[in-house]
Amino acid sequence: MKKTLKIVVLAKQVPDTRNVGKDAMKADGTVNRAALPAIFNPEDLNALEQALTLKDMCPGSTVEVLTMGPPRAADVIRDAMFRGADGGVLLTDRKFAGSDTLATSYALSRAIRKMNPDIIVAGRQAIDGDTAQVGPQVAEKLGLPQVTYAEQILSVDEGQIVIKRRLERGVEVVSCPLPMVMTVNASAPECRPQHAKLVMKYKHAKTISEIQALQEDYYTSLRDARPYLNITEWSVADVDADDQQLGLTGSPTKVKKIENVVFQAKEAKKLTGSDADINELMQELIASHTLG
Amino acid sequence: MRTEMNNIFVYCEIENGAVADVSLELLTKGRELADKLGCKLEALAIGHGLQGIEKKLAAYGADTVWVADAADLAPFRTLPHAAIICGIFKEEKPQIALFGATSVGRDLAPRVSSALHSGLTADCTSLEIGDHTENKTGKEYKDLLYQIRPAFGGNIIATIINPDHRPQMATVREGVMKMQEAAKPGAGEVKTVDYKKYLKDTDLAVKIIEREMEERKVNIKGASVVVAGGYGMGSKENFGMLYELASVLGGEVGASRAAVDAGFAEHARQVGQTGVTVRPKLYIACGISGQIQHTAGMDQSAMIISINNDEAAPINKIADYAIVGDVMTVIPKMIKSYKQNSK
Ligand SMILES: Cc1cc2nc3c(=O)[nH]c(=O)nc-3n(C[C@H](O)[C@H](O)[C@H](O)COP(=O)(O)OP(=O)(O)OC[C@H]3O[C@@H](n4cnc5c(N)ncnc54)[C@H](O)[C@@H]3O)c2cc1C
Repeated sequence: MKKTLKIVVLAKQVPDTRNVGKDAMKADGTVNRAALPAIFNPEDLNALEQALTLKDMCPGSTVEVLTMGPPRAADVIRDAMFRGADGGVLLTDRKFAGSDTLATSYALSRAIRKMNPDIIVAGRQAIDGDTAQVGPQVAEKLGLPQVTYAEQILSVDEGQIVIKRRLERGVEVVSCPLPMVMTVNASAPECRPQHAKLVMKYKHAKTISEIQALQEDYYTSLRDARPYLNITEWSVADVDADDQQLGLTGSPTKVKKIENVVFQAKEAKKLTGSDADINELMQELIASHTLG
Repeated sequence: MRTEMNNIFVYCEIENGAVADVSLELLTKGRELADKLGCKLEALAIGHGLQGIEKKLAAYGADTVWVADAADLAPFRTLPHAAIICGIFKEEKPQIALFGATSVGRDLAPRVSSALHSGLTADCTSLEIGDHTENKTGKEYKDLLYQIRPAFGGNIIATIINPDHRPQMATVREGVMKMQEAAKPGAGEVKTVDYKKYLKDTDLAVKIIEREMEERKVNIKGASVVVAGGYGMGSKENFGMLYELASVLGGEVGASRAAVDAGFAEHARQVGQTGVTVRPKLYIACGISGQIQHTAGMDQSAMIISINNDEAAPINKIADYAIVGDVMTVIPKMIKSYKQNSK
């Protein structure tokens, strides 16, 4: 009989920086942030899949999503619930604004202490920052071992997990005692899709702020009747965090300067993929000694 | 003010006794910064079988080489390496600490920065020394490390500083900085680390059961023709035709990050801001959209050809020739045509 696990997934809502291009760039070459949709950070979806896989391996386990962000980041938790997560916590407070990775890791670690999981699963990195720092920093703050770049969980039993890691130049299989933190690579399996039944079940899942904003008694009574529709919302005070370690004050790194990257256009000669066009091009390259 | 004139430390990655290129690149940069600051450059060598390693590191400018040599310390594991580095840093109080933005460095540096509560900037593309005046308080800082990196999907370039915390930590990807032996080699004075005093039992709790490293030495930096594939190539199998084209043209295969992330090619082939910068005579971009992070690594190529089925792809803005078509049909035609015409 396998142990049941308490699993927490760290997930972030991010602007979709991968689709910066056409309409997301303003005429002056700067980013039009408003034009970027907010999405579930891609590698956090890989992380969620690993967590759900663990739950499949150890029935009775629970998967909760922890996200820090503005109120609308609750979308990430709902999305995760539609895919099989049991619930989640939104860590939201103006005091978090301006946090660098270290202050973020501190805040997350405060919330995780309160959730007390066996395994914390995070995506390797978020596409808006690409730092890959939060996973290891959270692990350090919690005093837990870390396994980064996880691609596959090979086994888990009482007190130990065996994981295959994908490194730049190879693979490694490691064992790690629980509790632990793992970060998951994009090379790990994609997340399972939303499930129609779960969408039905959780579509009214809301945080307390969302319910208050709607000012409809309907949701309050719904939530009282079905507690699983409650998305927990925590502030700085709820996780007993030290203000001095949060936001700008708690961030050792400061942004000194920002420059926009400007595209410069030049005229390309357009060719079709026809045999004649390709042939002519190759002959030109040979004649100009670009090739050969 | 806390700007103690302490030294610059570089964490050196060592695999089977060989120092990684990225570490030598960091030493090269570290030497330049140390000369500017008038401080020493110190190298950290943690691993096993490190006898004589100081010679190589000194050639790249290391004044001091800290050596922690034990079977338990190789291959790399996060916790023991982090504990040793933190122990040394607490005593030596470096002003700057540099790590490669590799699988190892990106795992290790954040752990160390968290333990020391010092700021860390990932994937810097440039490091400079400069001053800073705090807007609100008017407080002045001399000789800070400017950590310059692309941010927000690479659409902006940010300069990050750590005014009040030490060390100022940064990671840098392989191939971003120059690698050059120092004009005047460092002394390479060995300091043997009594590492056991820094380790707890639990630091060795993660066990490596199996490990398979590829011996790779792809060098796309030196190639005169680079045939690069993007996400539009569709699969690792389809990348096969790029290897064929590259070998016919006497070139190397490069890749976009989307292709690397999808597993179509290994990271050593990645071209761009966080990969390698190339300047070949000819760059053929196959199924690459041409996001700024990619073009930053290849826009100095003498000639650029793009093959893309989307005429509006941004790559066409910097291409000399834009072939609007499907890579699957165009590339075989190029191979065939070159073979016929080059005879
Ligand atoms: C901080 C940061 C650093 C980054 N560093 C790098 C870096 O160093 N290098 C890098 O490359 N990227 C980097 N990126 C990622 C970069 O933003 C892009 O996401 C990436 O370059 C896109 O790769 P791609 O062009 O292969 O994929 P896509 O953008 O998905 O483009 C695929 C292209 O293929 C075309 N296509 C599809 N099918 C076909 C077909 N059958 N025939 C012909 N054409 C086809 C499509 O029209 C499209 O233009 C970085 C991102 C960030 C945020």
